[in-house]
Amino acid sequence: MTGGVPAPPGGPTLEAGMSASIDRIARPWGGRTPYARHGTWPPRVDTFLEEGVAPDQVQRWVRAASILHSDGDAMDIAVVDGRMVGVRGRADDRVNRGRLGPKDLFGWQANASADRLTTPLVREGGRLVECDWDTAMRRIVARSRELLDERGPGSIGFYTSGQLYLEEYYTLAVLARAGIGTHHLDGNTRLCTATAAEALKQSFGCDGQPGSYDDLDHADVVALFGHNIAETQPVQWMRLLDRLEGGDPPRLLCVDPRPTQVARTAALHLAPRAGTNLALLNALLHEIIRTDRVDHAYVEAHTVGFEELASRVRECTPRWAAPICDVPAAAIGEAAELLGTAEHLLSTVLQGVYQSHQATATAVQINNLHLIRGMLGRPGAGVLQMNGQPTAQNTRECGADGDLPGFRNWQNDSHVADLAEVWNVEPDTIAHYAPPTHALQIFRYAEQGSIRMLWISGTNPAVSLPELSRVRSILGQERLFVVAQDLYLTETAQLADVVLPAATWGEKTGVSTNADRTVHLSEKAVEPPGTARADLEIFLDYAARMDFRDKDGGPLVTWHDPESAFEAWKRCSAGRPCDYTGITYDRLRGASGVQWPCNEQAPDGTERLCTDGAGWAHPDVCQSYGKDLVTGAADEPVEYRSLNPDGKAVIRAAAYLPPHEAPDAEHPFQLTTGRTLYHFHTRTKTARAPQLNAAAPGVWVEACASDAAGLGLDEGDLVEVSTPRGALRGRLRVTGIRPGLLFVPFHYGYWDTQARYGPGGGEPGRAANETTVTDWDPVSKQPLFKTAAAALRLVERGNGRPALAPTTTASAPSRPGVPPTTGQTAALTTETAGTTDTSAGTSGRDGL
Amino acid sequence: MNGVNLTLRVLHHGERHLSRQLTAVAERHRTEHEVHHVATDLAEWSRDNAVRLAGAADARGVHLGKPSGPTAGVLSGLREKAAEAVAQRPGTGLLLLRDLRELHLSAAENSLHWEMLAQAAQAMRDEDLLAMVSRCHPRTLRQMRWTNTMIKNLAPQILTGL
Repeated sequence: MTGGVPAPPGGPTLEAGMSASIDRIARPWGGRTPYARHGTWPPRVDTFLEEGVAPDQVQRWVRAASILHSDGDAMDIAVVDGRMVGVRGRADDRVNRGRLGPKDLFGWQANASADRLTTPLVREGGRLVECDWDTAMRRIVARSRELLDERGPGSIGFYTSGQLYLEEYYTLAVLARAGIGTHHLDGNTRLCTATAAEALKQSFGCDGQPGSYDDLDHADVVALFGHNIAETQPVQWMRLLDRLEGGDPPRLLCVDPRPTQVARTAALHLAPRAGTNLALLNALLHEIIRTDRVDHAYVEAHTVGFEELASRVRECTPRWAAPICDVPAAAIGEAAELLGTAEHLLSTVLQGVYQSHQATATAVQINNLHLIRGMLGRPGAGVLQMNGQPTAQNTRECGADGDLPGFRNWQNDSHVADLAEVWNVEPDTIAHYAPPTHALQIFRYAEQGSIRMLWISGTNPAVSLPELSRVRSILGQERLFVVAQDLYLTETAQLADVVLPAATWGEKTGVSTNADRTVHLSEKAVEPPGTARADLEIFLDYAARMDFRDKDGGPLVTWHDPESAFEAWKRCSAGRPCDYTGITYDRLRGASGVQWPCNEQAPDGTERLCTDGAGWAHPDVCQSYGKDLVTGAADEPVEYRSLNPDGKAVIRAAAYLPPHEAPDAEHPFQLTTGRTLYHFHTRTKTARAPQLNAAAPGVWVEACASDAAGLGLDEGDLVEVSTPRGALRGRLRVTGIRPGLLFVPFHYGYWDTQARYGPGGGEPGRAANETTVTDWDPVSKQPLFKTAAAALRLVERGNGRPALAPTTTASAPSRPGVPPTTGQTAALTTETAGTTDTSAGTSGRDGL
Repeated sequence: MNGVNLTLRVLHHGERHLSRQLTAVAERHRTEHEVHHVATDLAEWSRDNAVRLAGAADARGVHLGKPSGPTAGVLSGLREKAAEAVAQRPGTGLLLLRDLRELHLSAAENSLHWEMLAQAAQAMRDEDLLAMVSRCHPRTLRQMRWTNTMIKNLAPQILTGL
């Protein structure tokens, strides 16, 4: 399906001890260090220092973990004279063994951008004007008090991030849930990882990643479902590339409608029609069951619900699914054969599933695949329901998303009582009469006028939420008081009433936990600019000014810095699946990377969950009693207790439904949005790193050659993509994408255009979310960015000038002659293979 | 036996009614996105239940009329426009709670009729009829559970936020 496209931009093979200097924009995955199955992934240390700085000039190396994706790559920040000058991967870390992706190598430069916010701003006479912290905080506190008095806690909402630190989320969760007493706290993790969490709750009773990255060392088949790992977790893709060049390499199955590097490398690539993932999964399960590749002993010992699944997929043959998915029945059969014959099967799942129609139902079927094949909890046999953001896992576990802290069950009174005891408040202080409100519903309440204050921290909804004209109109309402806490004057901040300048990665200390439960400490390396403050400091200041009290009249928030916040969180996590009680800051300053749970029983951390079936599914301990996979209706405790009295894994089946928006004569294409390797979210940092910005400087639109030819369009033409919600314009990139499908990267907003926060001058804008539909998965409440119907038309000829889209990624052009994406000398990175000694002076303590 | 025919007739009417109600609610609450999308999907279940009921009745020589298609038209367009016009008004929440309550009551009525039909099918040892009921009734129960969940989740904010 991907014939005729260029081969991946490979790197040289590096022998142990060998060094090379590599343009990591042109060769994003760097040099190869092949290794055989069951072997140990060799270290390779990637170092990038700014021009003119030699390694021996670096005064301090300060410990950190990556902040521009969910992989949790460990690194050290190089500091000279109080200034960041580069980064180096940590060879001793279990996650990356010294490697860094392009965003980590170059993204740190954005910290020093001249347009960082350095002082708070408040809206005066319609304009944002500079002020001091006291003025800004007083204004927020006055509005909070006024709303609490007049309208109650339900009038205040918080929308946070997947990029702050654990200590910050936990503090926010305590002040929102027990201080204000509001239901309305969620993270932008709703857009990236809500389905992962929900699928784990549905199948295993509780959140918590079953697998480990080390499973990549042992698997003989790796199935990637809607997971463009080469661009979202480039370091784990390096690991797969190294295994593919070593002994006994794995076979890859790729399910993705775009010609990603994964698709080009895979033994088998399926490119289903957008919105039909569940039909495909049901057909795969049908084949596995029909050919009896079922581990009956495992199913008997560890699961409930197999019969229901078998009956539900009985008629879901490959022939049935083929016309729905537009994938040949034979290819579905072949994929089932690959999955069914694997000895050690690892599946990974990301946005191609999570942001598409029937998201949770599909992700759950991937869990089912592993449950019925007994492929869980062993080296190489596991599931990775991935995250998108560096600290999304912390948002989830701290209860800064739509959950209670420590994966407690809001429907279980004893869990709420337990949490109330940790916080020393009465249980009814913690709103738990309904599930915590999810992000899109928070915006709906703001639209309706029942939420009157919205505090947004570390996220940019004016570019990242669906249907932007609606989002701008909500944030722009006179009656809604908006607080934006960020590094820059984002599109969202421009619509705010108070803007708070925040410190970021490298300027503050805190813990982050990656997609495979690995906990890292990132320490402060340099001072933040101007009067910018750590998010933790801001939340603590607010809690103190609001004078939140516990039930005995003492302060509700009893901590004062990152380490004391972490210690408080440990008490909240004790005895829960995400138990951190065995971890201290000191320990994290020693060996790099510890996987939770880490406690007395597991002092070295825990590599895999589900080693003996589902560990946290018993009705007394589970985080969720389950939901209807089609309607999202909640099951009651008594139903769950009778379904699953012994706390086994739950096999839940679901029927395929057609997507809510189908192409028609007016909108003949399907439209999907997504990311590119070189950018993160709304480009707030990556566009301020010259090498990354140059690699993908402006928005583009992908279509396949036959669709382009059908409309008389060519590479580089300016085109307009429109849907019933709105339109955007970009240059056309003709690729090997599935026919009938358009792709637009969602990174591009307006802060670096004339219009600044929205499309200007009556012209269509360039943000993908001008066109997306407001629709979400009823189970996980994750918005669906990957199933809209759209029209495509020519605006202006490109006259041979190609689109400025990367040639190294899924966006690679079909047509020869497009200049390749390079970073040249500005992107030269030193790679050293086989070094295990991380050299003196790397300790984080040196950095303080 | 006439009682069974009567129940088929009443339930067929009830499912068609619920299907139209769900579609109307989906349109009226265009700006309540989850309600809009899920109600549209659930209307399809009631339509399909009605078709199966008509089939079962046919087998018994009772003709219940054609299934109604989706009710797109001037009226639905008007309802959607009206919903968009009042998107920022808090009072629409009360209307939503009322509509969800009505949907729940209609689904409950249908559910009781399915129960009667199931009991009669067992008494008559009519396996075809029982298989049909076993296939359709769970969807009615899921419609009830959905409306109940939505009311539970939305009521606190709507009723205290006015």
